[in-house]
Amino acid sequence: MADVALRNIRKSFGGAQVIHGVNLEIRDGEFVVFVGPSGCGKSTLLRLIAGLEDITSGDLYIDGDRVNDLAPAKRRIAMVFQSYALYPHMNVYENMAFGLELAKASKAEIDQRVREAARLLQIDELLDRKPKQLSGGQRQRVAIGRAIVRDPKVFLFDEPLSNLDAALRVQTRIEIAKLHSDTRATMIYVTHDQVEAMTLADRIVVLNKGRIEQVGTPLELYHRPANLFVAGFIGSPQMNFIQCEVAGAGPDGVLVRLPHGGTLAVPVQADGLRPGEPVTLGVRPDHVHVREGGILRGRIELVEQLGENHLLYVNADGLRLTSREPGDSRHRTGGEVGLDFSGESCHVFRPSGEALSALTSAAGSTGTARSRIA
Amino acid sequence: MTEAAATGTPSAYASIRGGSSALTRTRVRAAWTFIAPTLIVLALVAGWPLARTIWFSLTDADLNNLGDYTFIGFENYLANYDGEWFGLLTDPDWWLSVWNTVWFALVSVSIETVLGTIVALILNAAFPGRGVMRAIILIPWAIPTVVSAKMWNWMLHDQFGVINDMLLRLGLIAAPITWTANPVTALWTVVMVDVWKTTPFMALLILAALQMLPQDIYEAAKVDGVHPVRVFFRVTLPLIKPALLVAVIFRTLDALRVFDLIYVLTANSRDTMSMSVFARQQLVDFQEVGLGSAASTLIFLIIALLVVITMAAGRVRLGGDSR
Ligand SMILES: Nc1ncnc2c1ncn2[C@@H]1O[C@H](COP(=O)(O)OP(=O)(O)OP(=O)(O)O)[C@@H](O)[C@H]1O
Ligand SMILES: [Mg+2]
Repeated sequence: MADVALRNIRKSFGGAQVIHGVNLEIRDGEFVVFVGPSGCGKSTLLRLIAGLEDITSGDLYIDGDRVNDLAPAKRRIAMVFQSYALYPHMNVYENMAFGLELAKASKAEIDQRVREAARLLQIDELLDRKPKQLSGGQRQRVAIGRAIVRDPKVFLFDEPLSNLDAALRVQTRIEIAKLHSDTRATMIYVTHDQVEAMTLADRIVVLNKGRIEQVGTPLELYHRPANLFVAGFIGSPQMNFIQCEVAGAGPDGVLVRLPHGGTLAVPVQADGLRPGEPVTLGVRPDHVHVREGGILRGRIELVEQLGENHLLYVNADGLRLTSREPGDSRHRTGGEVGLDFSGESCHVFRPSGEALSALTSAAGSTGTARSRIA
Repeated sequence: MTEAAATGTPSAYASIRGGSSALTRTRVRAAWTFIAPTLIVLALVAGWPLARTIWFSLTDADLNNLGDYTFIGFENYLANYDGEWFGLLTDPDWWLSVWNTVWFALVSVSIETVLGTIVALILNAAFPGRGVMRAIILIPWAIPTVVSAKMWNWMLHDQFGVINDMLLRLGLIAAPITWTANPVTALWTVVMVDVWKTTPFMALLILAALQMLPQDIYEAAKVDGVHPVRVFFRVTLPLIKPALLVAVIFRTLDALRVFDLIYVLTANSRDTMSMSVFARQQLVDFQEVGLGSAASTLIFLIIALLVVITMAAGRVRLGGDSR
């Protein structure tokens, strides 16, 4: 078990730099999830930590030791690949034991470790099968089992569940969470899936174009996004963004002028904002409610009934807003509705994209963790 | 065809349960339509000559007068006159040529397989100029055998050859070696030239197999800290084994009917005579069509037998899924 520290890590492929100075401290036993759009460098960062790619500049520490120049095998890490990377000609047992045979482990010890991991993952019935005789979920568990038997300091997962169907994904996700709570090993996990990130992570790292946008607990990111990118990336459906103007700023917050008239007081630190400056107002669909006589009025472009809740896509004179309300909707596409939201539920972003910090912990989170890298 | 039909379509299902459906019949007919031309061509160019050779091997035909022969049964193979045995099966020259051929095939194919694998592994690694190297390495294989054999003949010439010259200058030998005439060196010389010529072919086949391998398992092995040599023997080799065996079988077939290389390098020398050279000598030089055909028939049987043994030993199913 170990902590991992990335200090100003950069990576270039040929002339193209894809990781631009990443700083990150991962604590011992922490479950950290990397999220970000496709091509933002999540896998590259993971492979840098694994030692599968050379670090162009910066320092990488595992358990206090600088490991930049250490071979992957010497870093005491284990990696679970998206494609499973099982040896096709070996059975499950051999797949799990292959990496151990060198590590000065006796036959009996290998056997014990393989069987223990197999039991933990409930694949002990499958030990004689070849990978092609397994289902996707079983293969994934073998891949995880192969990581477990190595007893690594750090587990690295690169989108391990993306080839599984929805139900199996949930099940395996729970198993990974259990594995983490059982082993208390440091885990770094790459995913596209927000639900995976939110449910598994102690902390989420949001990456964009090779830079860290924000690091924080799932709820911190949800309630206190540090900037427009994180606000738009975390949460589904996406946060509504409204281009506004500052009408006034004071110690009680910022008064913004909405595009179609009317003002809204938002309790955020004005922090030098001056009237007339453009800002972006952000409000999550859950906080946009249908109410006659609300702030806005618009035409319903689409109604999506999801059972436990429904989504309304409303067009208010060119301004598109999404609202999520519980239960079934009685609204029809083409109908007119009034929409309302409170200043307390809104976020305000400067033209640079940076969020203004809240005056109160209105949304119930504690503090903000911001780690923007210039 | 049954495999193609049994893909789970309702009609295929019906055909399993009882009688063949119209769709299955159409498919079977289409399949025969497509293979028929090949079967006809094969029968004409392979089946007919083979049948004719087997027939001639049972006669006393003579090259001077092919129309005039009598059926003599198996006397070309084995005959007994006055308590003494005659025929191909008692001919020490024939058995020497069989031994030469098998020895040549075993040694040259073994060397080519090992060298080809090494070359393929090198070509499979990423290095600048890899594409050019891949093209260059094929040159020996692209040269017609007769041309490269003639070329080597000159290089190996005991008086004017560049190889003797170089070895003499380096002081490695005291007197020129008659590479192709000396019984000790002749067959090894043939093997060497064949290795020079055919290793690229092996390397290319193996390279194709290497490039089909998934890359992620190598990264997994790297993370697991498995030594590269061990990865080669435990991962790469088992995974390319099917392709490797196919290449070995092809090359063995080829080597067993070796003719042009040996004929050009050493002519009719007894020391290096292969089965094919023996058959040619009987048929053309001695005009004994019956005996030559008998030798050819035996070549066919020996090769067929060896292929069956190899395939059984490697348990490869050519064409089936072999992993
Ligand atoms: N071997 C390589 N050579 C050159 N460029 C590379 C290489 N590997 C990755 N890149 C580039 O680095 C960037 C980041 O790639 P990376 O695979 O880390 O993205 P990712 O965040 O994992 O994306 P995804 O979510 O699609 O897996 C991409 O722009 C990619 O084109
Ligand atoms: Mg990736």
